[in-house]
This record gives sequence, C-alpha cells and structure tokens, in this order.
Amino acid sequence: MYTQALNATDSQIQPVEDMSQAAAFQARIDAEERIEANDWMPETYRRTLARQISQHAHSEIVGMLPEGNWITRAPSLRRKAALLAKVQDECGHGLYLYAAAETLGISREQFFGQLLSGNAKYSSIFNYPATTWADIGAIGWLVDGAAIMNQIPLCRCSYGPYARAMIRVCKEESFHQRQGFEIMVTLSRGTGEQKAMAQDALNRWWWPCLMMFGPPDTVSEHSDASMAWKIKRFSNDELRQKFVDATVPQAQHLGLMLPDPDLRFDEASGHWLYGEIDWNEFKQVLAGNGPCNRDRLAARRKAHAEGAWVRDAAAAHALKQMRAAV
Amino acid sequence: MTARSLIIEETPLVLYCLRRADDALILGHRLSEWCGHGPTLEEDMALSNMGLDLLGQARSLYSYAADVEGRGATEDGYAYLREERQYRNLLLAEQPNGDFAQTIARQFFYAAFADLFWRAMTSSADDTLAAIACKSEKEMAYHLRHSAEWVIRLGDGTGESHARMQAAVAAMWSFTGEMFAMDDAERELIEQGKAIDLGPLRDGWRATVSDVLRTATLDMPASSWMQQGGRAGRHGEYLGHILAELQHLQRSYPGAAW
Ligand SMILES: [Fe+2]
Ligand SMILES: [Fe+2]
Repeated sequence: MYTQALNATDSQIQPVEDMSQAAAFQARIDAEERIEANDWMPETYRRTLARQISQHAHSEIVGMLPEGNWITRAPSLRRKAALLAKVQDECGHGLYLYAAAETLGISREQFFGQLLSGNAKYSSIFNYPATTWADIGAIGWLVDGAAIMNQIPLCRCSYGPYARAMIRVCKEESFHQRQGFEIMVTLSRGTGEQKAMAQDALNRWWWPCLMMFGPPDTVSEHSDASMAWKIKRFSNDELRQKFVDATVPQAQHLGLMLPDPDLRFDEASGHWLYGEIDWNEFKQVLAGNGPCNRDRLAARRKAHAEGAWVRDAAAAHALKQMRAAV
Repeated sequence: MTARSLIIEETPLVLYCLRRADDALILGHRLSEWCGHGPTLEEDMALSNMGLDLLGQARSLYSYAADVEGRGATEDGYAYLREERQYRNLLLAEQPNGDFAQTIARQFFYAAFADLFWRAMTSSADDTLAAIACKSEKEMAYHLRHSAEWVIRLGDGTGESHARMQAAVAAMWSFTGEMFAMDDAERELIEQGKAIDLGPLRDGWRATVSDVLRTATLDMPASSWMQQGGRAGRHGEYLGHILAELQHLQRSYPGAAW
C-alpha cells in the first residue's frame, strides 16, 4: 500500500546505459532541468538518491526520539504544545521524504527494513542523549539550524521530487530553529541555574553539530559525482563554514561561550575559523558506538514490532471491505 | 526551599472549567506519550494531532478559569502547581496507553461523549464557554470519527486484533459512567444555562457506542459497575506518575520562567 509504482522495476531499466543517454542526461542537469520520477536516469544516480533521501527520512524519524524524550516534561503548556507540534512535524518530514524516495522504485517497507536491520545510516547527531530541557533549545537552534544549511541548497536538487519535498521541509525547519533559539534566549536570561543549563547544552551539542555536515572535503567519498549531478551544491566544509559563520553571532547574542578555544575571526577570509573536529568520535558514532545508537534502534524496532498486529489488522479489514464491495 | 502549591477558590464555574481542562490535559498528555512510537507514521501523527487539540482545549479552559477566579492564577499554575488531589479529571483520562487498542478504546469512549458534550455547550449562556465549545466540538467530531474507524478496523481485522480490542473495551468500560456524573455545583450552573444537563447525553452516547461496537463485531460489556472519584480528586495510582513527569521542572526550579 505504500509503493507509488511510478517506475518500472529494476530489471526493466537495467540494460544498456549507452553513452549518448548518459550525455543527454548530464546535459539536462547542466541546463538546470529537473529530473522527474519517470525520466531516464543512470542507475548510480538512482541509487545515490535513494540512499540519500532514505537516510534523510530515517534521520527525521529517529530524530523524533531525543526531543520526544521531553514532551511529557516540557516546563509550560506553551512549550509542551510547541514541542509536540515540532516532533510531529519531523514525522511529517519523514513521510514526505519516504514518499519522495519511493518514486525511485523502492517501497517504504524496504527502506524501513534497511533502517531496522541496522544497514541504513541516519544522521549521527541523533545518537546523542537529550538530558536536560536546555537540550530542547540547543537541538532546535543548532541541529535544525545545521539541517537548514544542508537543506536549503537541496531545494534546488536536480531530482524534482526531492527538491519539492525540501521546499516544504525547509519552511518548517526554520520555524523550529527560531523556536529553539527562543528557548535558549529564555534560559540564558533566566536564573543562574538556567543559564548554566543552556551553556552545558551548548557545550555538549556544538561539536556533534559540526560533525553533522559529514567528513572533511579531503576524505568525502560521494561528493564529486553528487556535485556533477547537482544533488549536492556545496561541499561539506563549505556548508560547515556557513553554519559556523551564522551561529557564532547568535551565541554571542545569547551571552554563551562556544566550547572551542581556537575559534577566531579571520579578517582576510571574513570567516570564523574553528578548531580541530574529533573525527574519531564521528567514526565511532557512525560505527554504532555513540551514546544512544543502541537505544535509538531499539526504540524504532520496538515501535515497529508492537505495531505489527495493528498494521496487519488494518490490512485484513481493508481486504474484507474490498471483497465486500466487489 | 518548599515547593509552592496553589490554593484555589473553586467556585462552581472555576471547578467546571478545571474539570474539563484536566480531562483534556491528562488525556492529551497520554496521547503525547505515543509520539515517536506509533504503529505507523500516519498514526503517530494522528495521535499527536489529537493530543495537540486536547492540549489547546485545556489551555483555553485554564485561562478562562484563571480569569473567573481573578486571583492571578495562570494556565501553567493550574497545570504545574496543583497537587494530585486537586486534579479533577475523569479516571478514564489517566488510564495508561496500554497497547494501541486500549488507547483507541479510551479515546473512542471519551470522544463519543465529548463530541456530544461540546456540541450541546455551544449554546451555553456563558459566551467564553460557548466559544471554546465551538472549536472543541469540531475537534472532538474528528477524534470520534478517527477512533471509531480504528475500533472497527481492529474489531473486524484479525483474530488477535479482535481479542485485543474486545479486552480494551472491557478494561475501559467501568470508567465511562463518571463522564455523566453531576454534582450540586454543576446543577447550579445548569440552572443558569451555563452548563448542560449530562443526563440526556447518555442515550446518544450509548447509541454511538453500540453502533460502532456492532459494526466492529465486538460485544458491548454487560457490567454496570462504574468507578468514580476523579471529579472529586480521588484518583487511581496513575495520575501521580503523570504529574511527577509533567511538573518536574516547575517543581525543581520554583519560580523560574521557561
Ligand atoms: Fe525535519
Ligand atoms: Fe526540524
């Protein structure tokens, strides 16, 4: 019921990818045309996008968990409503993205299977725990902020269904970012304990947020082809730099310290230069050794397993209805 | 440092608002516990949506109670600084989510009532309550439709879902009678035309419930014993745990603004 069946199956499209088709495809990309679900595309383009969009979808869904951890404890009814709505938005983002990924001929169940088996990746950031209320501020401000940096260029991605999903998603992400920042403003102007809570959250989330942009350009595997296909428009390091440049003044406005003794403004380039990122930590988190990797997957597996009888019942009822209608 | 508690002047109108606000807050809180853990992504969103509706109803009703009480109380004061014994919600609202069938049974029984309740309240002589009723009535009509569809899907679906749905209906049944209870404070408001007599809603509620259960191939429970106490602040063991979570930050950092 989840597959949109727009595409021919793999066996039908597999055969000859001749040079002229590939060249014509690249010419369309170069002319900034949008590629649509039923257009011819190279297999590697299809696979790259299916992987990227589904990872993105998984991130939205797994990303519900750290913030979801605070819905029942939000400190005011206004904050509670805003947080519940925010986490619900992330679920909606997951839905649009799975739908966009399904246009490439793979079903949501298959993508879910990849996530639950531990074979698919999702953003490393969601493997860190949200332990205080200030984390809800920091996640909105920094994690949604970093997501926006990544996603705004994706609104011009060469693949139409992905680009359109991103336009919708970006509007909501910037709302989340402002909401998170507003929590940080409140805390940093609050009591000494609240300000300390905000600083502690910033200390813990800052470096993992810089890692969200992926490995440095010198070692990034997928970037070259993705750039040529206009799936990606900026390199990891370029996006990371944009994020740092945008965030430093915000931290100053909050009166909070970024936990980087090497951070300094470089007059010549006009950029904020940041210190060494601990890429070993990043590798460990990707390898499944982050503080919450096990818990996140376990929570998704539990929801899936406990929902199985519900999905079966819905399918059985729908089938009976269909038979009765015939 | 002592945690603050709220002394409330529970005039009939304040009490009336708090009772309905507490129903909405506690049931909404329960629904929000599903967020991120639903059986499908679509249902995850729907449960959050209904939780948000209820939270919005609670906030409007608390704000109005604060206006009526006129002693500087706020929506957050009522929600975060009242003790368990001061909460006035139906026992039904605080029942745990259980499996999805139990959540649906709880939602269905409540929505089948609240849909009728708020529709009747749209003609309240109290303008604020009538306005809250106009918005709530539309929301509860959707909750009723959504939950009734699930009762039918689960009742009719598979052997397992049928058994779970039947068990959930039985488990929630004894908490449904309290929805129709009225005391002297409410009768006073009924006489003023501000509140409505709940007695006449009972037949409509029973008709909806028996219709849906029949379509779902489920049995209507025969038991007529009904639990009561929530309206007077006598709760089961669940509410204390809900409040421990809900009030955690406000209790831990008295006086802080968030
Ligand atoms: Fe998102
Ligand atoms: Fe977001």
